[in-house]
Amino acid sequence: MAEYRRLDVNEVGDVTVVRFRDHKIVEDLNIQELGQEMFQLAESEKRGKLVLNFSAVEFLSSAALGKLITLDKKVKAHGGLLKFSNIRPEIYEVFAITKLNRLFDIKDDEADALAAF
Amino acid sequence: MSEEHWIWRSDHVISSDTGAGRRVLEEVLDQLKAQHWVPRDIFAVHLAMHEALVNAIVHGNKLAPDKHVHISCRIAPCLVRIEIADEGNGFDPTNVPDPTDPDRLESPTGRGVMLIKAFMSRVEFNEQGNQVALEKRRAGETVSHGRRAPSCPASP
Repeated sequence: MAEYRRLDVNEVGDVTVVRFRDHKIVEDLNIQELGQEMFQLAESEKRGKLVLNFSAVEFLSSAALGKLITLDKKVKAHGGLLKFSNIRPEIYEVFAITKLNRLFDIKDDEADALAAF
Repeated sequence: MSEEHWIWRSDHVISSDTGAGRRVLEEVLDQLKAQHWVPRDIFAVHLAMHEALVNAIVHGNKLAPDKHVHISCRIAPCLVRIEIADEGNGFDPTNVPDPTDPDRLESPTGRGVMLIKAFMSRVEFNEQGNQVALEKRRAGETVSHGRRAPSCPASP
């Protein structure tokens, strides 16, 4: 399995559960690295079922939203499924205001996300 | 500036460097925490100020090393006001495409101005579009970190 700097990657059955190591996804360099690692999961490793657990994320910028959109496209392009979980209320508000809660499949917690595949 | 009783002020002129902008932002957030603002309001200021600084540094000044960003920060008991001015050509803030439009929903960019307006109590651009003033009114009387915040009037 590849080594990741920005992500903690674990397998739960046939689902890949990803947690972010950064509490604040805001710095350009970190977002670029984060994007590369997420895209590697989707494209190189062709993970078909992905859960992104946001429990450690306290803040994210609009640039991070952009990376998540691109990730969603890449996963779908390979016929995969992507779900988000454990999003804090203030960050969920960002998804709701931008209407990205309609694009992404967001679940309350990891268990709900795993059960939804 | 409005007729507020400012209890904290900080003014900076920074280069077109996101790291320098981040340090100013952290200073503001530290002050808001010291004044016991609720986490939700601090998050709002964090997001809006970050997006406005990125707009100034990256889009306004195009990261040009010879261009600067002027930042003015004021905190009153019930209000925080941030003014950010870049040295770029400006833009028309009334002509920003709606990123929630179905045709643009999957675009990876274009949400900064929308988020700024959504999370701030008031946002004002100058005519040229290279200066923005952000205001956030403090939430009403609340308990934060075990301390009771001042009673602030509700936003109009």
